[in-house]
Amino acid sequence: MSDLTLDAEALYRELLAGVRDLWRPGMVLLGIWSGGAWLAERLHADLGLAGRPGLISSTLHRDDFQARGLAGGTDATRIPYPVDGADILLVDDVLFTGRTIRAVLNELFDFGRPERVTLAVLVDRGGRELPIQAVLAAARITLPASQRLTLARTEQGSFTFSLRESG
Amino acid sequence: MLHKRNPQLNAHGELIHLLSIEGLPREVLTGILDTAGTFLSVNDREVKKVPLLRGKSVFNLFFENSTRTRTTFEIAAKRLSADVINLDIARSSTAKGESLLDTIANLSAMHADMFVVRHGESGAPYLIAQHCAPHVHVVNAGDGRHAHPTQGLLDMYTIRHYKRDFTQLTVAIVGDIVHSRVARSDIHALTTLGVPEIRAVGPKTLVPGDLGAMGVRVCHDMADGIRDADVVIMLRLQNERMSGAMLPSAAEFSMNYGLTPDKLALARPDVIVMHPGPINRGVEIASAVADGTHSVILPQVSFGIAVRMAVMSIIAGNEA
Repeated sequence: MSDLTLDAEALYRELLAGVRDLWRPGMVLLGIWSGGAWLAERLHADLGLAGRPGLISSTLHRDDFQARGLAGGTDATRIPYPVDGADILLVDDVLFTGRTIRAVLNELFDFGRPERVTLAVLVDRGGRELPIQAVLAAARITLPASQRLTLARTEQGSFTFSLRESG
Repeated sequence: MLHKRNPQLNAHGELIHLLSIEGLPREVLTGILDTAGTFLSVNDREVKKVPLLRGKSVFNLFFENSTRTRTTFEIAAKRLSADVINLDIARSSTAKGESLLDTIANLSAMHADMFVVRHGESGAPYLIAQHCAPHVHVVNAGDGRHAHPTQGLLDMYTIRHYKRDFTQLTVAIVGDIVHSRVARSDIHALTTLGVPEIRAVGPKTLVPGDLGAMGVRVCHDMADGIRDADVVIMLRLQNERMSGAMLPSAAEFSMNYGLTPDKLALARPDVIVMHPGPINRGVEIASAVADGTHSVILPQVSFGIAVRMAVMSIIAGNEA
């Protein structure tokens, strides 16, 4: 562990406030599996929205398939609203290289043509390898590429961050 | 004792070829079934294609004819964005005297990434897997009487879809078991997945004696065989494989072992009826059963594409 401590619950409250500010009537939530999906579910409840948020997986469009295979989990994308013409708030826990977002956008367009996609994340940790930016990030920090920052959810539903050296 | 590594798995225990269900750990089987679930939903999209095998070449090598199996592999590979080359080997190079390994060497020189192999000789896909380049993957699409692992897996997917849990089930496999590579693959898969009662049902000439050793209950009486079954898997009477007088007649077989509504009434009320196809209506299965409410024969075909997509994408993503 490094000296850095990230209070995931405090960051979530900032994210929620930021989402309230940018929310437009008719917008829908789409969380990226797995951390972003947890965030989307909680935002959905806290915003008092009807129905269910969408869940999207990057697995089928990842650019590291040859190196990692299908290691990214097999949770299927489930989008309970029509994608054509949708105003989507895409939510993820950590924005790093941008490759997951690229894969997810490809996945999303297999379902239709959204009107607009806006990206909100809990933490932007720098290190971008693609021209992708979040409109909203509750924290912007810089971490060495060797470190892996992941969101976890307790049984009670609260969030914590863990920071490890990637093996 | 010398322990040879399962040739289907790499040093990390990951699947690199699919040759047989026998010897595969339960986690590998359930991993394939879980992944197939993901691919089933691809059919619901506007774009029914994912790019996992983009730029890869899949060669369908069918030394035996099988339009249906070849077509489902072709659709699966195309949905994964692979280039698919169908070779009707039965009528080409082998007929000119080329050996199997020479054929493979030539196709490898054409930059094949995956071979889907059906062959009349048991073990032919193993031979190919042993001799192809390390980056090439092999899927057994049926070899002799030995194995038909993707059919076994799609049968397991179907059972899990309708029954959820394998550990409380009674599964009856009925008919021409001695000639059936599907039956062997199903039995290995059902055993690995923890099915407590597997029955092999058919006349003495069509149910091999070694099945007891595989943990299977042999039933020569149809009523005993399907009573209280949760799943009935009917097998096709394989006329083209029948050499010698193994049966007095198809009509007599049909009378004793053909699945009719009356016989099916002995099974559990929520029984599902499966068949690998093609079905012989009025021989091993009555039309009223094949088209009836318990039949899941057509869903099996749809699940087969998703299962083959799962197998191809899993092995293509793992290195030898």
